[in-house]
Amino acid sequence: MLKGIAAAPGISIAKAFLLDSEEFVIQQRHIPEPELAEEIARFEEALIKTRSEILNIQKKITEEMEVEHAEIFNAHLLVLEDRMLIEEVIEHLKKEKVSVEYIFMEVLKKYMDIFSKIDDEYLRERIIDIGDVGKRVLKNLLGKQLETIKTQEEPVIVVAYNLSPSDTVTLHRKNITGFITDVGGRTSHTAIIARSLRIPAVVGLENATKKIKNSDLLILDGTEGTVIINPDKQTLKKYIEQQKKQEEFRKRLLKLKNLPCETLDGHRIELSANIEFPEEIPAVLQHGSEGIGLYRTEYFYMNRTDLPDEEEHFKSYKYVAQKMSPNPVIIRTLDLGGDKFVSQLNIPREMNPFLGWRAIRFCLARPEVFKVQLRAILRASHFGKLKIMYPMISGIEELKKANTILKEVKQELERKKIDFDEDIEVGAMIEIPSAALTCDILAKEVDFFSIGTNDLIQYSLAVDRANEKIAYLYEPAHPAVLRLIKNIIEVAHDNGIWAGMCGEMAGEPHFALLLLGLGLDEFSVSPIVVPAIKNVIRSVKLEDVREFVREALKLTSGKQIEEFTKKFLKEVVSY
Amino acid sequence: MTLIKKNITIKNKLGLHARPAAIFVQTANKFESEISIKKGNQEVNGKSIMGIMMLAAKKDSKIQLVADGQDAEDAIEELSSLLLSDIEPEQKGKR
Repeated sequence: MLKGIAAAPGISIAKAFLLDSEEFVIQQRHIPEPELAEEIARFEEALIKTRSEILNIQKKITEEMEVEHAEIFNAHLLVLEDRMLIEEVIEHLKKEKVSVEYIFMEVLKKYMDIFSKIDDEYLRERIIDIGDVGKRVLKNLLGKQLETIKTQEEPVIVVAYNLSPSDTVTLHRKNITGFITDVGGRTSHTAIIARSLRIPAVVGLENATKKIKNSDLLILDGTEGTVIINPDKQTLKKYIEQQKKQEEFRKRLLKLKNLPCETLDGHRIELSANIEFPEEIPAVLQHGSEGIGLYRTEYFYMNRTDLPDEEEHFKSYKYVAQKMSPNPVIIRTLDLGGDKFVSQLNIPREMNPFLGWRAIRFCLARPEVFKVQLRAILRASHFGKLKIMYPMISGIEELKKANTILKEVKQELERKKIDFDEDIEVGAMIEIPSAALTCDILAKEVDFFSIGTNDLIQYSLAVDRANEKIAYLYEPAHPAVLRLIKNIIEVAHDNGIWAGMCGEMAGEPHFALLLLGLGLDEFSVSPIVVPAIKNVIRSVKLEDVREFVREALKLTSGKQIEEFTKKFLKEVVSY
Repeated sequence: MTLIKKNITIKNKLGLHARPAAIFVQTANKFESEISIKKGNQEVNGKSIMGIMMLAAKKDSKIQLVADGQDAEDAIEELSSLLLSDIEPEQKGKR
């Protein structure tokens, strides 16, 4: 049995499908003689695709930066077109008859090895360039592999070293019943997406890709974070039963769908869902969510080499607004950077991406990109109840600047006589400690706060949420975090605005109790978690929960508070 | 068909590395002739950037340029003048 981090709940039983990815556990798949020509064609296609990608990047850089920087890509292109290299790959392919990505990497490695031994610093640095080109080609080769998985009929559990958010999205298909990765933490983007798609997942297994072989039968328990390879009959039977039980429980919770989200003593709490794609709307409605508290928009920018235009944004926003109307939908503006990159925005790789040029910082520096999205949101606001939320606000200056840009876009629409909701609500995500501590200042500029706990916790505790070694330090119930949250909620209420939470924390039943007692007005969670949180809220009296929180806050460590909270949950909520 | 060989000492400050090599390869690829470069007992394809970078020819290294084909003469002339000149101004410290 392998033990990892439980990333998305549920049990899945299916065969393994190994996927080669980023840091590369590349399979030596045998290629039969008659398929060699196809394999060569696949290689050439990947080269051509990579070439056009590099040309595109080069063009962008030439337009926006110095020509000199663009020139480095000439060397990249020459590597791609290098006859010696290509011929060597094809020759080896014919001889060894294994998958071309394996051979390509072997050949590249050989050259990189030779270069690394040459006593010349400048040349050794060029190894990075070759590696870059290699990765791009590999990505395109493996992109094809992703295609093959899509056409596969039998249900499978995908096993990979790592899955980028865009991989996870691409893999969103009916026959994928689970995700297993070597790296990643509970709050990595992949885990969040897996939860939202209701696909069980275990991450951070370290060497799953080495221990699991293609077509092994796997039991994946995303609730416990375990994976069993080729189980015996008895174990299999046990898990099939458990799977059935969980399904029944889920159905029972779903019956709450049409009941209001209120405490036993009659306090209404807003319960909404976090989504990434419009395709999730059916799941949102099916689970009885009252609105959308976080609509992530990074998806528009992923899996492509150009930027999305206003119509694309508009079409999706309008669709979501109409489908959810009259319930509100909070659209979070572009939140790229950190662990989410796209090449076409030319956000450079940084030493500290989470402290770097991302989200609102990027948008304020590139108002032309920002305005496209704002215009689309405003236009779509005519068709439903939309709200705008800025991510990564760290202080009042940013908030004012963002609002100024929004005002400009509004004026432009007015001039053009285009309909939009003039009173559209605007909110700030509070996910940086500086914002949490100065939210009394920020409150004057917005209609609501939404607490982003994933980042707030990682920034205030200085814990990288994807680092398995320190994952134990990532404590949502840490007194520091709770004090910040308490402050945000109190300040919001003092200023007559509401405070919600769209972070993962709100979706954990025991933490939900803490937040309820702290006075949180709105919970926005994965669509599938909505029934469980509604069950919690409908099981308690707000008075009792407030009393419990007063006690909890007297405790001194995150661990104590969490245990105390779990105990309370068991006492008051029945399953 | 002509085969021309020419011995050259590299004058470019950085030798024949990524960017100079890139310019060399681009130029070499304009010609129909087979182009190769010999250094000591190593011989590489002059139209291959990987090959040229493998040579790691620094400033003042002695190489032999070989062109084989109809436009060999033009090729040798243009490529050798490239190698004898500073292929590009100093770029050190920049990627």
